[in-house]
Amino acid sequence: MHQWTFVIAAYAVTLLGTAAVSLISWRSMHRAEAQAETLANRP
Amino acid sequence: MPYWPCRARAAKDAALMHRFANPARFLKIARPLTGWLFWSGLVLLLAGCACGLFLTPADYLQGQTVRILYIHVPTAWLGMAGWTGIAVSALMQLVWRHPLAAVAGRAIAAPGALFTAICLATGSIWGRPTWGTWWEWDGRMTSMLVLLFLYLGYIALANASARQGAGQGGVSNVTAIFGLVGAINIPIINRSVVWWNSLHQGPSITLRGSSIDMALLWPLGLTLLGFSLWFGAIVLMRMRAILAQNKVEARMQRLARG
Repeated sequence: MHQWTFVIAAYAVTLLGTAAVSLISWRSMHRAEAQAETLANRP
Repeated sequence: MPYWPCRARAAKDAALMHRFANPARFLKIARPLTGWLFWSGLVLLLAGCACGLFLTPADYLQGQTVRILYIHVPTAWLGMAGWTGIAVSALMQLVWRHPLAAVAGRAIAAPGALFTAICLATGSIWGRPTWGTWWEWDGRMTSMLVLLFLYLGYIALANASARQGAGQGGVSNVTAIFGLVGAINIPIINRSVVWWNSLHQGPSITLRGSSIDMALLWPLGLTLLGFSLWFGAIVLMRMRAILAQNKVEARMQRLARG
């Protein structure tokens, strides 16, 4: 295999992993904070 | 030094540490900091990766595959730094009963495990063209794999203790002790290439300097700093999520009681 194939594979694994954990963390934070705010505003 | 100034100093340090124990005070700082860390980290790591991919020369021996260095080293560093963070927060939980320490430990575990897994994957991809093998059961790779298993065990224990209502969405004392004991693996990973024969190269970056040529080394600083800032942002996001979930649970319990 060409050397660049290994480089691209390594960068792709890193990009996918970091993007996935960013998205999951942001969504869980956003959802939890929105829920907490909704409950706090409830009379 | 007389006894009383030591006690006064310890009390002052404890007061400083507990200043941020209040979740409201912590959130006041964490909210703006999350965005700053995330975006500055992203810019730095993208710049570092671009420089590493397109501006640095190929290595005379490893050729183009040397470019994997710019992601492999930061992920290895953050995998180990993550567990060090878990051990420090476990110590703060067990000794000083800091209420946010357990939340921090739980928040660090998932990104720490991810970086350890990425380090193993990128190392394996780098090993195939360099060593002619995807995997070797040597000290460095095996101890790094053990770190991944430790993270998975910690996450399982932390989730189980959180479900059982361990204080304020944090982790139980047993989980904290596991985090503290697991820290023994960190110096083993660090010294593994010195203690045992390994396909992995010896330490190339030490306090005394680096054996890597500056022409190849400079983008590593950008990716190291970028990944570290980004890691901090993810930990803050996860801490904010846990604190908000605690708030929701407390409110629901109050509503249920009427």
